[in-house]
Amino acid sequence: MDAILLQILNGLDKGGAYALIALGLTLIFGTLGVVNFAHGALFMLGAFVAVSVREVLTISTKVKDESVTFFEAFKEIPYLELWLGDTGKAIIDWSVPISILIALPVMLLIGLVMERGLIRHFYRRAHADQILVTFGLAIVVQEIIKAIYGANPIPQPAPEMFSGTFNIGALFGLGDNIVYPKWRIVYLFFALGIIGAVFAFLQFTTFGMVVRAGMADRQTVQLLGINITKRFSIVFGLAAVVAGMAGLMYTPILSPNYHMGMDFLVLSFVVVVVGGMGSLPGAVAAGFLLGILQSFASMNEVKQIIPGIDQVIIYLVAMIVLLVRPRGLMGRKGVMED
Amino acid sequence: MHIEKFTPKSDIMMVLIFSAVILLMPIWLQPLGAAYPDLMQRFAIFGLFAIGFNILFGQTGYLSFGHAAFIGVGSYTTVWIFKLFTLNIIPAMIAGVVLSGIFALVIGFICLRRTGIYFSILTLALAQMSYNLAYSVLTPITMGETGLQVEASDPRAWEAPLAEGEVPRTHLFGLEMTDLGGLAGFYICAAFLILGFYVALRITRSPFGSMLRGIKTNNTRMAYTGLNARPYALAAFVISGMYAGLAGSLMAAMDPLAGAERMQWTASGEVVLMTILGGVGTLVGPVIGAASIKYFENIFSAIDGAVLSSALDFLPEAVLNVIVPVLSLFVGKGWHLTLGLVFMLVVIFLPGGIMEGYRRIKARFSKADAE
Repeated sequence: MDAILLQILNGLDKGGAYALIALGLTLIFGTLGVVNFAHGALFMLGAFVAVSVREVLTISTKVKDESVTFFEAFKEIPYLELWLGDTGKAIIDWSVPISILIALPVMLLIGLVMERGLIRHFYRRAHADQILVTFGLAIVVQEIIKAIYGANPIPQPAPEMFSGTFNIGALFGLGDNIVYPKWRIVYLFFALGIIGAVFAFLQFTTFGMVVRAGMADRQTVQLLGINITKRFSIVFGLAAVVAGMAGLMYTPILSPNYHMGMDFLVLSFVVVVVGGMGSLPGAVAAGFLLGILQSFASMNEVKQIIPGIDQVIIYLVAMIVLLVRPRGLMGRKGVMED
Repeated sequence: MHIEKFTPKSDIMMVLIFSAVILLMPIWLQPLGAAYPDLMQRFAIFGLFAIGFNILFGQTGYLSFGHAAFIGVGSYTTVWIFKLFTLNIIPAMIAGVVLSGIFALVIGFICLRRTGIYFSILTLALAQMSYNLAYSVLTPITMGETGLQVEASDPRAWEAPLAEGEVPRTHLFGLEMTDLGGLAGFYICAAFLILGFYVALRITRSPFGSMLRGIKTNNTRMAYTGLNARPYALAAFVISGMYAGLAGSLMAAMDPLAGAERMQWTASGEVVLMTILGGVGTLVGPVIGAASIKYFENIFSAIDGAVLSSALDFLPEAVLNVIVPVLSLFVGKGWHLTLGLVFMLVVIFLPGGIMEGYRRIKARFSKADAE
């Protein structure tokens, strides 16, 4: 029982990452009709914003180490710590959450530049061309990051307050066996928060209303004299921000490396397809569902019955869903059916 | 839409010229510094892979992102035949092609129930699944990360056992792949490439080929004429899967080992790049694309900062200090960056690839002549 609960939790935060990426993919697809193979690269870029922020914050200088008395010893101390003392230390400790502030404008800008500079020239071209050009872009972004940061993963620590584990079992009176890393719990709530914010934005603001109207019938909205293209560009920026945030907050869980984007992208596409192309709730539901299924499949008890199931479960589910319900769990009629 | 004029006669000429160019590669590649067998074998193998991929993508219009899986099936099957039966490449390759054909039939049956982007994602998912399986559960068959290798101690049923320590070499009825300074291997690959090219040409010219182009142009209209297009698409899928299997088999025949990294989806992406770069839907385009990517990969990967500095020696030091670090981003290990950029530029500005570029230049010159 405890093991099952733990797997659900594990699945939930992996699912959170899938859901966030899939949400962005679906938004872009639903509004602009573009299949964005570079979305994984945005996820990865978000993670590397965290890496860069931490690197900037920890620019260090050599200071004589006073604790060593019998020879001249030096240690590296970040300037921030020298200038601000304990506050500086705390800022460095909180580098991952702090980088959200930087990532917001950066990812928005990257998204807008990407849409205005490249993607918009592909609205009228075949989906295959869109896939191909964004695939090329993904390779380029990935290689640039590799050239700058190298090929090795760069671990990012969570703030000390959230590192270590948390006894969830005790909270619900389920015994002491369910201990779980704190940061993963933070990530789950963060993901839920972002998903909620995106839905609220689409549901309760005028901008969101126009966007939803444009997703349903672009032409009519344009006939009403609304510049839908401009709004859709902003939606692209928004999707980039969501993907970036997902990647940024994931860094303490998975040390960022240059190919993390591609790894997540393939799975996120499967998530989108299972959820139903063009359906936002579908993307979120399928993200969590597949995340949980994947962690269940990686339980030893399950693996003993069906060996290797953990490697293939997501793809198997995707195949079955597409064969039984070709439009996905919550797909709309007429989306991408030509 | 450009329509190629062709007659049976011009087709024969095309095959003859193609064969001559391929067979004379050891000579005309000499000045380009690419005339060594290993590289030329890769030209031929990837050319074959791209021709097969083009039958599906270029002619039928289905963009598969999982074709590397068939390369894997072909490779593994071939190496197993080497291990269990004989080191002669013919039975091993037949088995490789047949098995990847069967595999393609199964995968195609599932994936072709959807079209467009769904199809791409399904193939991607299935290929990724095979890749994951090859690394995990199927380790007894694939040897996982170590890769599957041919060893002297393998029990070959149709052949006398090799002595301890003897290196097992693959051969074609006694002709070893490394004979004639490695050219034997290349000419075997070249023969298969020419055969593959000829078959692709026949398919293109056949009624079946026009059916495939009909599916690409307007699948809905094909359905309205009362035709069930799926069997045709499935046939195209299986054929192109068999081409990929043949390419995988050849890889294993030239160098008898097989590893799962050949099946990764980046490998599937690579064949897409080759086809696009050369020219989608054309016959020779994919071969040109495959050869140029493999050629430049070879050249660019070999260049590093030191080579660049010595090549650009004539520039003033200050300029050199700026240019060399910038350029070295694109060469050596940064080759994939160049590849990605070129690929984007081709998709944006020249969707027809090298072949379209050639046609445009030709058209410009013939216009200039007419004036």
